[in-house]
Amino acid sequence: MARPNMRPDKNPMPTQDPAVRAHNFDEVATGYTYEAALDEAARCLNCKNMPCVSGCPVNIQIPAFIARIREGDCEGAYRIISESSSLPAVCGRVCPQESQCEMKCVRGIKGEPVGIGRLERFVADRHNEGSTAPAGRPEPNGHKVAVVGSGPSGLTCAGDLARKGYAVTVFEALHTPGGVLVYGIPEFRLPKAIVARETETLRQLGVEIRTNVIIGKTLTVDELFELGYEAVFIGSGAGLPNFMNIPGEGLNGVYSANEFLTRSNLMKAYLDDPVTPIMKGGRVAVVGGGNVAMDAARTALRLGAEKVYIVYRRSMEELPARREEVEHAEEEGIDFRLLCNPVEILGYRNPDDPRDPKNGFVTALRCVRMELGEPDQSGRRRPVPVEGSEFELAVDTVIMAIGTSPNPLIKSTTQGLEVNRRGGIIVDEDGLTTRPAVYAGGDAVTGSATVISAMGAGKTAAAAIDRALSAKAEG
Amino acid sequence: MYRIASKKVLNPTVTQMEIEAPLVAAKAKPGQFIILRVDGDGERIPLTVAGTDPARGTVKIIFQIVGATTGLLNTKREGEFIEDFAGPLGVPTHTEGISKVCIVGGGVGCAIAMPVAEEFHRLGAEVTSIIGFRSRDLLILEDEFKACSDRLTVMTDDGSYGRKGNVTVPLKELLEAGERFDTIITIGPLIMMKFVVAAARPYGVPVTVSMNPIMIDGTGMCGGCRITLLRDGRRETAFACVDGPDFNGYEIDFDEAMTRGRMYAEQERRARERACNLFKEAD
Repeated sequence: MARPNMRPDKNPMPTQDPAVRAHNFDEVATGYTYEAALDEAARCLNCKNMPCVSGCPVNIQIPAFIARIREGDCEGAYRIISESSSLPAVCGRVCPQESQCEMKCVRGIKGEPVGIGRLERFVADRHNEGSTAPAGRPEPNGHKVAVVGSGPSGLTCAGDLARKGYAVTVFEALHTPGGVLVYGIPEFRLPKAIVARETETLRQLGVEIRTNVIIGKTLTVDELFELGYEAVFIGSGAGLPNFMNIPGEGLNGVYSANEFLTRSNLMKAYLDDPVTPIMKGGRVAVVGGGNVAMDAARTALRLGAEKVYIVYRRSMEELPARREEVEHAEEEGIDFRLLCNPVEILGYRNPDDPRDPKNGFVTALRCVRMELGEPDQSGRRRPVPVEGSEFELAVDTVIMAIGTSPNPLIKSTTQGLEVNRRGGIIVDEDGLTTRPAVYAGGDAVTGSATVISAMGAGKTAAAAIDRALSAKAEG
Repeated sequence: MYRIASKKVLNPTVTQMEIEAPLVAAKAKPGQFIILRVDGDGERIPLTVAGTDPARGTVKIIFQIVGATTGLLNTKREGEFIEDFAGPLGVPTHTEGISKVCIVGGGVGCAIAMPVAEEFHRLGAEVTSIIGFRSRDLLILEDEFKACSDRLTVMTDDGSYGRKGNVTVPLKELLEAGERFDTIITIGPLIMMKFVVAAARPYGVPVTVSMNPIMIDGTGMCGGCRITLLRDGRRETAFACVDGPDFNGYEIDFDEAMTRGRMYAEQERRARERACNLFKEAD
């Protein structure tokens, strides 16, 4: 192999100009050119012990696929990624590589790590642009498995099992498959056409996706077994949004991030004259510091907000969102109000006219300044309010992005399925729940986490289901 | 795609349809709802189940033509298809241990109240029904209520049919005369349900109200349908899609629910106008 490219920094990801992209829903990052990809691939040292692979929740053979790029064999690279990941074009975009594979990269010791995520995206996009040949269908093995939910964990589990010949049916409650990939992550970070393409690839593998079926309501887990499914994987995702329980959360203009993003993404309220309404424009405060908060803030901006705040109770250091998303948000002009905590949402009330149409709408968010005290259980310094430091931000919309609690529908209709104190389904290291042949993974187990960790859980469960059903067939 | 098995005009603004959705038909119970989309770009709207025929695999829905989506749905004919139909959602109406019930329905809310009344009748409970409409030409389901009620009072605001006045008038009379219902179930406009609760309060009769807030997914994900409950002096958030749609009427913050119902009034008015123009062109 040719000598590696020892330049210390990554090839930068080309992006739309912040001033332009703040007003459109087109993808922010436009992707590597072939030349940039070749140059970046040459930075990989092809380490024998492959530390990067150990950082990947689905164990993609990273040095191997990068070597294929160097050889100019992008389809070969795609095949290697596909062996481990059902959603390469998605992962290349939304994985927090900086805290996974790239964090382990040897090149990161004296410079920047190899741009593994950017290369993965390049390979997947190139494949999707070129190939139209349907993926071959594996030989059926005669076993049926049901997957609940078509988000990242469900699609991964379905894909892995379908490749082994299982007849897999995915049950989706909403009208479009993709779960959080379609209702949660905005178009400018993950175009919906890419999700549609990835689900189409799974269909070509023989996976059946049934929309509008709510497991726990339309059918129960027990009925799935009666229908002949031999194992069930529950990837039903995050559930009801959390609120702060402060006064004013019932006012008009207060959203959960789930609702705001669902209206914009799934229901396409970002279009002009949408059939599903959303509050556009004005001044917006997003409460929270995770990726979902960044998505909500940047969506609000693109919907025409004149001012968007992120209100977060700790400091930039503790902000849990991906660095890249925070940088993008800052470039676009999102105003970060750190060490601030909301205490009340204020609304309009015309004392003389109870029919005033402005009555009941948000006018301001009252916050208190915080300072960091002693570390708490999470190891992060606990934010404590500064007495007498309350102030008001004049806003029209408040979006709460402070996490979710697991959905109760399946738990409440499935006997023997145990959940933990926070409502997450209890599983063992294989993803097996307290019910025989019922597996679970993703946010339904962990609460709000990442796309890739959900995919890892789907993968683990698929392997365990395969072992269990193979043993059953032999036994 | 889900086929429209039948369509019937109940009054100039209220239409009944039966939709072929066998899985939903096999499961739905009175008090539950479904979510539908008319076409591929459509809005998701919740509608309460007005009856089922599991043998034919159909679910009955009754809707008032109030906005762009219900207007579009109303243009669909028998034999045509709608894009999405998911359910049943929500918790069925609680019926256990209730032997004497008063059902109070208002307007198109009567379409939701009717299957609840039928269910209590089927279970052998004594059913008193009070249904109210603005005027005679908006009256729906009178025969159906007659068939499942031990007593039926029809009210109209303008006195053009039945008794003149609103539904709380006969309710108060019954309570005043010493009728002791195990529970009152009321379904209709928020303001009507608020007054039913107020009428029942002095007598300490439990009141169940059926809430119909703005919803999107309906499966416990978005939180848009949240309702504030007042419990022991504290404000608690509940979600109509998974905790409801039935709630203890004494706990509901009706004023907030009414304000929240108007959140998109302006956008809805514009959407309705656009839709009306489209329908005119189509005619």
